[in-house]
Formats: sequence, C-alpha cells, structure tokens
Amino acid sequence: MSLDAAISRAPAPAILPGSGGLRGAFSDLFWRRPKFLLALMLLPPLLWLGIVYIGSLIALLLQSFFSIDEFSGLINRQFTLKTYGDLFQPANLDIILRTVTMAALVTFASAVIAFPIAYYAARYARGRWKALFYLGVMLPLWSSYLVKIYAWKLILAKEGILTWLLAKLNLLWLLDAWLSLPIVGGNSLSVSFTGTFIVFVYVWLPFMILPVQAALERVPGNLVEASSDLGASPGQTFRNVLFPLALPGIVAGSIFTFSLTLGDYIIPQIIGTSRLFIGQAVYSQQGTAGNIPLAAAFTVVPIVIMGFYLWGAKRMGAFDAL
Amino acid sequence: MRSDRGQSAPLGLKIAAACGLLFLHLPILLIFVYAFTTEEKSFVWPPPGLTTQWFAVTWNRPDVWEALSLSVRVAAISTAIALVLGTLCAAAVSRTRFFGRETISLLVILPIALPGIITGIALRSAFALADIPFSFWTIVLGHATFCVVVVYNNAVARFRRTSGSMIEASMDLGADGFQTFRHVVLPNIATALLAGGMLAFALSFDEVIVTTFTAGQQQTVPIWMLEELIRPRQRPVTNVVAMVVVLVTLLPILFAYYLTRDGDQIAGSGK
Repeated sequence: MSLDAAISRAPAPAILPGSGGLRGAFSDLFWRRPKFLLALMLLPPLLWLGIVYIGSLIALLLQSFFSIDEFSGLINRQFTLKTYGDLFQPANLDIILRTVTMAALVTFASAVIAFPIAYYAARYARGRWKALFYLGVMLPLWSSYLVKIYAWKLILAKEGILTWLLAKLNLLWLLDAWLSLPIVGGNSLSVSFTGTFIVFVYVWLPFMILPVQAALERVPGNLVEASSDLGASPGQTFRNVLFPLALPGIVAGSIFTFSLTLGDYIIPQIIGTSRLFIGQAVYSQQGTAGNIPLAAAFTVVPIVIMGFYLWGAKRMGAFDAL
Repeated sequence: MRSDRGQSAPLGLKIAAACGLLFLHLPILLIFVYAFTTEEKSFVWPPPGLTTQWFAVTWNRPDVWEALSLSVRVAAISTAIALVLGTLCAAAVSRTRFFGRETISLLVILPIALPGIITGIALRSAFALADIPFSFWTIVLGHATFCVVVVYNNAVARFRRTSGSMIEASMDLGADGFQTFRHVVLPNIATALLAGGMLAFALSFDEVIVTTFTAGQQQTVPIWMLEELIRPRQRPVTNVVAMVVVLVTLLPILFAYYLTRDGDQIAGSGK
C-alpha cells in the first residue's frame, strides 16, 4: 500500500533530506550505522539469555565445586573436588551407566520406527497425504507430555488395555514370560524397565521423525532409481544409498532423543522401577537430600556427554539437517 | 519434474509407516474413552460403563480452575516476552553476518537442547543464591527462556524466505526504517510470529520439568497433573483434565500449521 503511494508520487530528488524529528534521526542513524542497529537488536535477547540462563548455569557449575558437611548438612563454600569424588562412587556410576544405556537403546529404537514413517512421508506422500503425515507427527509432538505419560499408565496397567488385548489373543503367557526376565521384567509392565523404555520411545519418537524426514526430502528420487537400475537389490540400495544420505538426519534426531532421555526424571518416576536415573538422582539430591553440590555435579554428566555428542554430530553435518 | 510421481510404495513400507502413525496416535485417543468411564478406582479396560458426570465434578473443582488460570497467565506473559526477544534475535542473525553469529544461534537453542532438569535446577540454585523467593515471576522467567527458541526458529525461517530486496526497495522509495518495518517487514513476518507465538504458548502451557523447580507452592496445570499421577486423589477428574489439556493444546497447533503451511513461495522473488 505505502509502496504504491510512493511510486505514484512525483520524481524524488536523488538525495533525500533527513526526515526530521527524533524518529527521523534514529532512522538515519540506523541506516548509517547498521552495526549500532545490530547491537541494539541483539542486546535484549543476549542480556536475557546471558544473565538468566548462562548466569544460572555458571552458578550451578560453581556449586559443584562446593561440598556438603556430612554432620551439619550445611553447604561448605570452599573450592574442593570432593563432590566429584563422591560422584564416582559405584552406586552413582551405576546410575550413569543405566541412564546412558537407556538413552542409547531409546535412540536406536526411535530411529528404527521413525525411518519408514519419514521415508514414506518424504518420498511417496503427496498433497493431502503429505499434510496428513506432517500433522500426524506434529500433533503427538506437541500434545501434552504428561498426558502422553498418563495414557501409557492406562495402557500398561495390570488391568489395562494391553493385558486385555493379549488375553484376547491368548498371548498372556508371552507377557508373563517377558516379565519374569531378570532386568527388563517386573510385577507388571508399568513398573518395569520395559515400560520405561516404551514410554521414552513413544514420547521422543516425533523428535526423530522430523529431522530424518528433512534429510530424506533432499535425496533425489532418481538416485534410488539409478541404484536399482544398476542392479542393486532394495536392501543394497538402502545400505549404500539411502542410509548414508539419511544419516545426518538420524544423528540430528538422536541429539534430541539422547539428550531428552538423559535428563528426564518424570517418566522413570511414574512408569518404572525404583532404580534411579540421572534425572531422578539430581532431583532427589537437590530436594530431599539437600545436597546441591552433588546434584550440580550430577548435572555435569549429561552436559559433558551432550558436549561430546554435539561435537561429533557437528562433524557429521547433522546441524544442516535440523 | 520428479520421475517417481504416481509410483506407489512397497507394501511393507506402507504397513510400517501406518503402524508407526497408529503407535503415535492410539494412546492419545484412549484418553478420550477414559474420560467417560464409570470406573473410579482402577484403569480397568474395557470401561464398565460410560457417563458424563465427571465433567460436572471437574467443573466444580476450584483447584483445577486455579491451576488453569495460573497456566494461562504464565503462558501469555512468557509468550509476549519470547515474541520480542525471539524476533529481535532472528532479525539480527538473518540480516547480517557478524562475528559470533553461530554462537548466538547456539545460545538460543541451548535451553531446549540441554535437558530441562539442568535448566530447572540451574534457575533454582540461582534463585537460592540471589535470595529471590518463588513467585509467579520466577515461573515466567524460566518459561520465557525456553520459549524464545520457538519464536526464533519460526521467525528465522520466514526471514530467510523474505527477499532482502523488498526492504531495499522500500528504503529507495523514501520510507524510513520505522515505516519499512511497519509496512514491509511486519506484514511479511506476521503469520510466522503468530505461529511462533502459538507454539510458545503451547510449550509453556505444557511445561512441567523446569516448572517443578521454579514454582514453589503454586500449581500450574501440568504440576497439578503430576501431583495426581504420583498421588492420585480422584482418577476420573484427572481423566477429564487430561482430555481437556489435549484439546486445548491441539487448537493452537492446528492454527499455527494453518498459518505457516504455504511456506514454499518466497515473498518478493516472483519473476
């Protein structure tokens, strides 16, 4: 609108006079000194993230170098590495190992389930179906996290739909056999590692589908055709053409599935055994135990793991697939 | 164009994709059935009977309304803050190249890339160190921090598609910086901002991990649900609230999708 009005006006002089007033002065200043405008735009977000977020993170990391007095329970504000020594006790190492194993399994399972959905959506779905697939991934991604966990509590409960379904199919013996296994089993699915694993996969799956789909969208269809024209079987095409090209997307998705599993403390608390994960350890150390230094030291573990992970992912070009 | 048009997918792929989508959706649909069950004590399936009485019971629960009101207020203010900060950041990053540009993108993404528990406990310990008591504003502080990234992502994507020559044309035609922003930049990014705002609202409305660390005694809807999950008081009420939460988050997502769906054309790039 304003453009049309400006065009129909009489020819303007080549060099415009300043538009005058405070507003004009600022406008001219921004034009002459783009760096000043840039600084002005960056200042509020950087102040916010710098002070609120980075400031808090640093405060947390500093506290991991404090220690707790075992008798009084007070925090001793003196630099020490004792808390990190406590972190490497066998019980705590167990927690770390358990969480990392779970994160790796969840990531692997999400990638396996995500790939067909992403591949179909990227290569075959068109028009209306494409939109349906997109919404089909976006809606579960954005649905309430707690509601999703709650839904699985309903499903996995002993009197719930899964037991009912298996009973109808005469497969209850299979469930019982699985539940009697040592590590993955338990009294019912909702208090076993299997349950925790299923819910983790369910909740983080959309985070894997989207980047894999984005990576597969960029693979030209004729590459796949060329591969089969040259005599490759579908399996060979997948191994040698599709998978390598989709890998950056899978790595990008795995950043989310891995990181989110490492830090979660609500899923294993609601659906799972009494054996702790890193998130729960942090929560109980800072809450009931009041040992903020150890909680802080515990949070350093996922930060370090994710640091290495992100570094590796960047080298594999995963950030272009995000 | 593409030679694979019209080609149909192998049957195995179709089945795998369909099963994957069903796996994603069936659990949420189950919530809708349980909201009507007559069973009070357990999660028995199939439901022994269907009733709508729990909607009335939930309607008359003041704790549910308080939680809902707090959640909406927190989400509204966090979204407003995130809109301002996210747009500024996106404008700065997409228009210019400068030293540390990559670092800024990383800084914005960090609050959701790192596990929520780290953000939560970091904020909590910072509040403790600075002697800030828990309040409405401590919740907002946490929420706004991780909502910035959704607005930022939407705005950056739109800025990338908006051709820079339109801004130059506006300036050439004599508009000053503010007029250009008002009449050229804003109409171009408005739908992206609205979509980003919707998603930020949904994100804040649903957030539980950071909130448990910054809320003190107050209950947002997710905190209320978490309490019910750990120590159930009245299961049917939880079922109804769960269903309402699904519906409430569904609408902004659909609307945000509707706003950004025609994202393939680049404004100002026509021949």
